[in-house]
Amino acid sequence: MVYIVNKVVLGVAFMISKILSCGLSGLDGYMVTVETDISPGIPSFDIVGLGGTAVKESKERVRSAIRNSGFEYPVRRITINLAPASIRKEGSAYDLPIALGVLVAAGQVAIDEIQNYAFVGELSLNGDIKPIKGALSMALFLNNSHVKNLVLPVENAPEAAVVQGVNVYAASHISEVIGHLNGLNAIEPVTIDMDTIFNISRTYDVDFKDVKGQLNVKRALEVAAAGGHNCFMVGSPGSGKTMLAKRLPTILPGLSFEESLQVTKIHSISGLMPPNTPLITARPFRAPHHTISNSSLAGGGSMPRPGELSLAHLGVLFLDELPEFDTNALEVLRQPLEEGYVNISRVNACLSYPCAAMLICAANPCKCGYLGDSSRQCTCTPYSVQQYLGRLSGPLLDRIDIQVEVASVGFKELESGSDDESSPVIRERVVKARKKQLERYKGSSIFTNSQLTHSQLHKYCTLDIKERELLANAFERLGLSARAHNKILKVARTIADLDESEKIAVKHLAEAVQYRSLDRKYAV
Amino acid sequence: MKENIKYWIWLSSLPGLGARKFAELKARFGSPEEVWKVVHSYAPELCGIHPELYEALISDRHKQKVDIYMNKAKRLNIGVITVEEEGYPDNLSKIFDPPQVLYTRGNIIKEDKNAVAIVGSRRASHYGLKMAESLAYELACRGIAIVSGMARGIDAAAHRGALKAGGRTIAVLGCGVDIVYPREHRELMMQIISTGAVVSEFAPEAPPLQLNFPARNRIISGLSLGVIVVEAAEKSGSLITADFALEQGREVFAVPGNINNHNSIGTNKLIKQGACLVTCVEDVIEEIGLQYLIPGEGKCSENIHSGFNFSKEADISDEERKVLKLITFEPLHIDRISKISGLSIGSINFVLTMLELKGLVRQLPGRMFVTA
Repeated sequence: MVYIVNKVVLGVAFMISKILSCGLSGLDGYMVTVETDISPGIPSFDIVGLGGTAVKESKERVRSAIRNSGFEYPVRRITINLAPASIRKEGSAYDLPIALGVLVAAGQVAIDEIQNYAFVGELSLNGDIKPIKGALSMALFLNNSHVKNLVLPVENAPEAAVVQGVNVYAASHISEVIGHLNGLNAIEPVTIDMDTIFNISRTYDVDFKDVKGQLNVKRALEVAAAGGHNCFMVGSPGSGKTMLAKRLPTILPGLSFEESLQVTKIHSISGLMPPNTPLITARPFRAPHHTISNSSLAGGGSMPRPGELSLAHLGVLFLDELPEFDTNALEVLRQPLEEGYVNISRVNACLSYPCAAMLICAANPCKCGYLGDSSRQCTCTPYSVQQYLGRLSGPLLDRIDIQVEVASVGFKELESGSDDESSPVIRERVVKARKKQLERYKGSSIFTNSQLTHSQLHKYCTLDIKERELLANAFERLGLSARAHNKILKVARTIADLDESEKIAVKHLAEAVQYRSLDRKYAV
Repeated sequence: MKENIKYWIWLSSLPGLGARKFAELKARFGSPEEVWKVVHSYAPELCGIHPELYEALISDRHKQKVDIYMNKAKRLNIGVITVEEEGYPDNLSKIFDPPQVLYTRGNIIKEDKNAVAIVGSRRASHYGLKMAESLAYELACRGIAIVSGMARGIDAAAHRGALKAGGRTIAVLGCGVDIVYPREHRELMMQIISTGAVVSEFAPEAPPLQLNFPARNRIISGLSLGVIVVEAAEKSGSLITADFALEQGREVFAVPGNINNHNSIGTNKLIKQGACLVTCVEDVIEEIGLQYLIPGEGKCSENIHSGFNFSKEADISDEERKVLKLITFEPLHIDRISKISGLSIGSINFVLTMLELKGLVRQLPGRMFVTA
C-alpha cells in the first residue's frame, strides 16, 4: 500500500508503526524498536520505555520538526513506546525514529522497506538531523543483526561506514530520509577507502625531533614504549615533561584495525570524534587536570560514561602534577590499571570499559620545584623535600617501573640539536622489541615485559652470577629499596630486547638501575 | 661543681641579659652572688638595667628555675665554666665580650687553643661540602682543633672531616647544650661530645632562637686563631662570623668559588675585601703560624701529603676511564656526558652505574654527576 506524502487521507485506519533504532549499553549497541500508536482521543503525546530527560523532551522537537518540514502533525492521541521497555534509554538519538514513527502511523510515509532500516538522529526544530554519539558501536551491532541499513546524521556517517557489512545512508534533513524511503530521491550509501584512512590519519602532528636534546629522557621513554612500562617524570617547571609525554604515542607501534575500532568506539560514545574522521588510528593522549573528579577519571557518573582512563585506552594517560591529584581519585585508578578494565556497577547493569593505557606521571621534585635545577636555587627545607614526593601513594608508585629526572631548559642552549632522532626511527626499534616480546609470551596471557608477574619473572628473567652480583652491589651502595628489585628486572629485560639480546647482561641491568631516581638515597 | 656556680648560672640564664650586661653587673656588685643577695634593695636605674629585666632578676620563679638547670646539668654531665676559672678557653677569654658562663658537654683541653674555625652556607654545593670536609680533615691531622656551629651544610661537613681524621672538634650551639638542633645531627653531636666538646653560652633548655645565632658566631671566632669561610651566599650568616673575626683580630680565610655560583658570592667578596685566599691547607697553617705542629699518627699519615682522594687505579674499563676523565667537582649532567664522550645514552647509563658502584663518582639530584 503506497501512501502519498503531504496529503491527508481521511478515513484511513491509523495503525501502529514499528521503526527500528539503536541504543547504547556501555560500548555496544543494541536494538531498540520505536512503536507508535495513534488513536482517537484527547490530543496528547506520550513517550514510554524508561526514557531519560532528553528522550522526554523529544516530543517538542519531533512536533516542530514535522510541522516545519511540510508534513502534517496529527493532532491525535499519540503514544510512543521504546522497546525493550525495561532498559533505560538516554540521549536524543531517538528523535528521528520517533518522528518517522509518527509519520508512518499517520499514513504520510511509505512503509515497504522500512523494517530493513535502522534510524538514529537528533532533530532540530526545523527538521535538520543533528549528530549523535556511538555511531560506530551501532553499526557494528547492526552488522551482526538482520538489519543491514542504517540512516544517520551526516557527521556520523564516516565512522559508521568503516563497517563494511552495513549500508550507511547519511541524511541532513528529515525530508531527505522520507524522499529516500519513498523511492523519490534515493541516497547513495557512504563508502570509505580503508587504505587511505590508515595512511593519512596515522601521521601525528608532533614528533620526538621537536624536542632538542634531552637524550636521557628520550631514552627512558623509548624503553618505556618498548616494554609498555609506566613512567614517572620528575623535573622543575618548564623542563619539558608535558612536551615529551605528548610525543610518547608517536613512538608506540601503530594500532591494528581491531584496536582502532576499540579506540574509536570509546571516543564515539563519549562524543569526542574529530570531524570527518571515520576511524581513530592514532594512539590517544589524555592529560586530565588534577582537579578532575573520581568518576571523570575512572568512569561512571549518574549516566555511566567512560572516564579519562578509558579514553586513554591503548594510548597514554598523562597525570601532570601528581601530588596535586586527589588521593581518592588516584586510589580509584589502581585496580583498573592492574586489570585493564573499569567496572561500573549500577542497579540494573554492570558496565565494563576497557582501559589498557600506559601511565605517565609527572611531578616537581619539591614544593618550590627547583631542587637539582642548575639555574635556580631550591628554597625548600630538607624536611619538606622529603615530604613532598614521600607522600605519594606507595601502591600507585608500585605500578610505575621507570622513574626519570628531567633537566630544565638551561641545558637546551648548549645542545646543537641537529642530530635529534625522529619518531619513526625510534618507533622502528620499539616495534622490533615488541615483536620479540610477542614471540616470547605467545601462549601466555601477557604481551609485554611490564605485565610480567612475580613468578613469570623467574622464568623469563634469569640472571647469571655476574649479573646477580651487580644487582646486590647496586642495592647496597645506592640505597635502593626492595620494591625496586622486580622493576629493575623487567626494565632490564626490555633493555636487553632493545639490544636484541636474549640474555640479560650486566650492561642492561646497570642501565635499568638508573631508572630508579626516587628510590635511591642521595647521600648528603 | 662549686657552690657559688649557682649564682653564675642564675645570672647567665636570664633572658635578655647578655654577656656585657652580666659583666657590668658583676663589676658593679662584685660577684653574681652579691647581685643575688642585694639587687632587690636597689632601684633599677641604680643598677643600670631595664625595669623588665629588673623584674626578672628579683622574681622568685626564676630563682627556682635555676635549681632545675642545676639538676639537669648534673644529670647530663654538663660542665659549667665561668670566665674567671682556670679551665675557661684562653682564646675566648681575650675577646671584648666573652660569655661569662660556658656550658659544655665533652671536654675542652689546653691544646684546643690551636683551633681554626670552618664556617659557611647551610645550602652548600657539593664542591663546598667536599672542601670543608677535606680542609677540616687535613687540619685535624696536624693536631689542629676544628671549631664550627654544627649547622647543616658546611658546618656539619667540617665536623665530619675532623672526626674522620680522629682529631678534635668543638661545636658551638645557638641553644642549650641539651638540645639537638638541627634534629638530624643527633648522631653527629654524640660523636663530637665523645671525642671533642659541644659548648654554648645559653643555659640548658634554651631554644635555638634566630637571635641567638649572631651571638654564638662571636664565640666560634673567639675560640679560634682564624676563620675559614668555605662557601657563603650574599647574605650568609657565616659572613657575620667573619666580621667578628676581624674585630677580634683573627685571620679571615675564604675559599674561592665559581663566579656564577651564587653560593660563592659572599666568599668571593671577602677575598676582594682582603681575606686570605685558600686553595690548600698550607695557606692556612702558614698564615696562622702553626707550622711547628707535628702531624699525628694513625689515620692521617698516608694522606697527609696526597691531599684529595683521587680515583684508585682499580680495574676500570676504557669506556669508564673515558667518562671518568670528564667528571669533576662541578656537577655535570648526564646528557652532556653523553654528548661530550660520544657514547650512546644507554651506554652512559651503564658506565655511570659501574662508576658509582666502584665509588668513583657520585650522583646528585637532577641526574648530575660529580667525583665521589
